[in-house]
Amino acid sequence: MPEIPLPQSVPLAWYLILSAILFSLGVAGFLFRRNVITVFMSIELMLNAVNLSFVTFSYKFKQVDGHIFSFFVMVVAAAEAAVGLAIILTIFKNRQTLEIDEVSSLKN
Amino acid sequence: MQNLWIIPLLPLAGFALNGLFGRRFPKAVINTIAVGSVLLAFLWVLKSLSALGAFSGGLEETHVEHYFTWIQSGVLNIGVDFAVDRLTAVMLLIVTGIGTLIHIYAVGYMAHEGGYYRFFAYLNLFMFFMLTLVLAQNFLLLFVGWEGVGLCSYLLIGFYFTEKFATDAGNKAFIVNRIGDFGFSLAIFLITIHFGTLDFGSVFSQAKALPIETSPGWITAIALLLLVGATGKSAQIPLYVWLPDAMAGPTPVSALIHAATMVTAGVYMIARSSSIFLHSPLALNVVAVIGIATAFFAATIGLVQNDIKKVFAYSTVSQLGYMFVGLGTGAFSAGIFHVMTHAFFKALLFLGAGSVIHALSGEQDLRQMGGLAKKIPITCGVLFCASIAIAGVPFTSGYFSKDLILESAYEYAPWMFWVGLFTAGMTAFYVFRAFFLAFTGKYRGKVHHPHESPFVMWGPLAILAALSLGGGFINIPKYLEPLFPLAEGSKLPPLASFSLLSVGLVGIALAYVMYVLAPGLPESLASSFRPIYTLIYNKYFIDEAYDSAVVHPVIDGSRSLLWRTIDAGAIDGTVNGVGKTARAIGSVLRHAQSGYIRSYAGWVVAGAILVVIVMGLTGISFGVTR
Repeated sequence: MPEIPLPQSVPLAWYLILSAILFSLGVAGFLFRRNVITVFMSIELMLNAVNLSFVTFSYKFKQVDGHIFSFFVMVVAAAEAAVGLAIILTIFKNRQTLEIDEVSSLKN
Repeated sequence: MQNLWIIPLLPLAGFALNGLFGRRFPKAVINTIAVGSVLLAFLWVLKSLSALGAFSGGLEETHVEHYFTWIQSGVLNIGVDFAVDRLTAVMLLIVTGIGTLIHIYAVGYMAHEGGYYRFFAYLNLFMFFMLTLVLAQNFLLLFVGWEGVGLCSYLLIGFYFTEKFATDAGNKAFIVNRIGDFGFSLAIFLITIHFGTLDFGSVFSQAKALPIETSPGWITAIALLLLVGATGKSAQIPLYVWLPDAMAGPTPVSALIHAATMVTAGVYMIARSSSIFLHSPLALNVVAVIGIATAFFAATIGLVQNDIKKVFAYSTVSQLGYMFVGLGTGAFSAGIFHVMTHAFFKALLFLGAGSVIHALSGEQDLRQMGGLAKKIPITCGVLFCASIAIAGVPFTSGYFSKDLILESAYEYAPWMFWVGLFTAGMTAFYVFRAFFLAFTGKYRGKVHHPHESPFVMWGPLAILAALSLGGGFINIPKYLEPLFPLAEGSKLPPLASFSLLSVGLVGIALAYVMYVLAPGLPESLASSFRPIYTLIYNKYFIDEAYDSAVVHPVIDGSRSLLWRTIDAGAIDGTVNGVGKTARAIGSVLRHAQSGYIRSYAGWVVAGAILVVIVMGLTGISFGVTR
C-alpha cells in the first residue's frame, strides 16, 4: 500500500484539537442546557467528536480499525437516536414538559 | 436361597396397608392384616428353619443370603445381607412366636381404644425392624433395625399422645437411647477403621485370628462402645431410667417391646459380637459388673413399687441385668437362654397384668386390687405360672436359665454369685408381693364387677403359661454349642447349689408371710426403716439426680448460653448487624441519587477529569498503552 502523506497544510494536532473542542462543547451542552432535546444533541456531538479522533488516528497509523469503529459508533448513534427520541416523546406526553430538571422522580 | 427377606417384609406390608388405609378399614380387616402378617412371618420362619435343618441338628454353619450391594465406597462394601445361624434362629422364633401371641392378645386388649389401626401399624413396623435387626449380617444393617425399633418404641410409648406423661416418657426413651446409640455408632466407626469391613463373617473371623493373649486397646474400646449401645437399648445402669417410664404405653407394647424382644437386642448384639468381647477381658468384666449391679438395684426398687406395671418394669431391668451377668462371665448361651425364658414369663407377666388392668377398667395401683383370684381365675392362674417361673422355682423355665447364669457367675467370681442369689430371692419376693396384693385378701378397689378377659386374650396367655413352665426343657445352651462352646461343667459347692434350689421358695414364703398372714407387717417395717424405705420408694432419686446433673444444666445452658447468647446474640446479631450497617451506609449514600440527570453527568465528568489528572501526575497508565 503506497504511503499517502497527510496534507501539509493541516497538521495532525489540529484535527485532535477540533475533536477536543467539539467534545468539550458536547460536555458543556450536556451539563448546562436544560432542554432534553438539546441535551440529546450534545450527546450526538460528543459521539461525533470521538469519531473524528478515531478517523484521524486511523489515517495517521494507516490502520483501518478506526474507520470500522467509527461506523459502529454511527450505527449505535442512529439506534440511540431512535430510542432516545421515543423516550423524549413519551416524557413530553406524560409531563407536558421538556425541562430535564422536572424529570427527577427516580431519586433516593 | 430360603428367601429370608420375606420374613421382615410381611410385617412391613402389614404396616403399609394398615398405616395407609387403616382409617377406612373395619376392625376385622385391620386384625386380619396385622395378626396375619406376623403369623405368616412366623410360619415362614418355621419353613425356612426346617428347610435349613435347624430343628434336626443342622445349621451349624451360618446360612447367608446376599441381596444387593447397599453402599460401595472405596474398599468398604456393605451389602443388604440376611443370615441365619442358630443364634438368629432362636431369636427369630422368639420374636415372631411371642410377637404373634401378643398381636392376638392385643386384638382383645385394644378393642375399646382409639387409634386402633395406628396401634397395629406401629406394632407391625416394630416387627419389621426387629426382624431386620436379628437377620442382619453386618453391623450397619443391624444398626438400621436397632434405630427402627427405637423409633417404634418411641411411637408406641407415646401412643396416648394426648397425655403429657406418655409423650414425655416417649421422649425420655428416645433421648436416653440416643446416648447409647452414639456409643454404638462410634463402635461401628472403629470397626470400619480396624477391620475394613462391617460384615459379621469377616469381622469375627479377623477378630478370632487375633492372638488371644494380647488385647489391643482398640478392641477394648470397640467392646466398651458396643456395651454403651447395649446399656441404652437393654436398660442397664446407667441408662436404664427410660424403661420404667416406658410403661406409659399400652400393655401389649410393654410386653412385646419392653420385655420380650426389643430390650433384649443389646444382649443379642453382645452375644453376636462375642468374638470381639472375648478378646477384651476388661470389657467382659465391665459387662458382668454392670449386669450384677443393675440386677441388684432394680430388684430393690421393685420391692416397694405400688404400680403393678412398674413392679414388672423394674423386674425386667433386673432380669436384663442377669442376662448381662451371663454374657460378662462368658456364658453367652446362658444369657440367650435367659432371653428366651424371660421372653416367655415376662411377656406373660405383662399380658397378665394387662388382663388385670383390663378387668379393672384401667386401674394399675396394687393398693386398689386384692381378692381378684375368684373374680378373674384364669388370669390368676396364668400369672401364678409366670410368677413361679420368674421366681426360679425348681424345674420352671426361669430356674434353668438363672441357674446356668449363676453357676457361670460362681466360677467367675463367687461374690457375684451370692449377690445374684440374693437378688433372685428379692425377685421371688417382689413378684409374689404383687401377686398376693392383687389376688388374695379383700377387694379394695372402687371398680365394680371386675370381669374376666375374653378368649382372644387368655388364649395366648395359656400358651405362654405352658412355655413359662416347660420352656426350660428346651436346651438352648446345647443348641448354641457350635457358636458358644460350653464351659466344662464345674459343679457348685453343695451349699451354693442348695441355696440356689431353695432361694425362690424362700422369697415366696417371705412374701406370703408379709402380705397374706400378717398384712400389717410391711407397714410397720416401712415405718421403722423410714429413711431407707423413702430412698428405695423414690428409686434412689436417680431420676432427680439425672435431672439436676444432666437435664437441667443442658436445658439451662441451651437456653441462656446457646439460645440467648450465641444464637440470638452472636449469630442473629452478626446477621442483623450486616443488614443494619448496609442500611446505614445506604441512607447516607442515597442522597447522591438526586434524580437529576445533569448531576449524574457532572459526576461522570468529574470522575473522568480525576482519572486524567491521576494519569498525568503519577504516570500510571491504567492499562492504556500505545
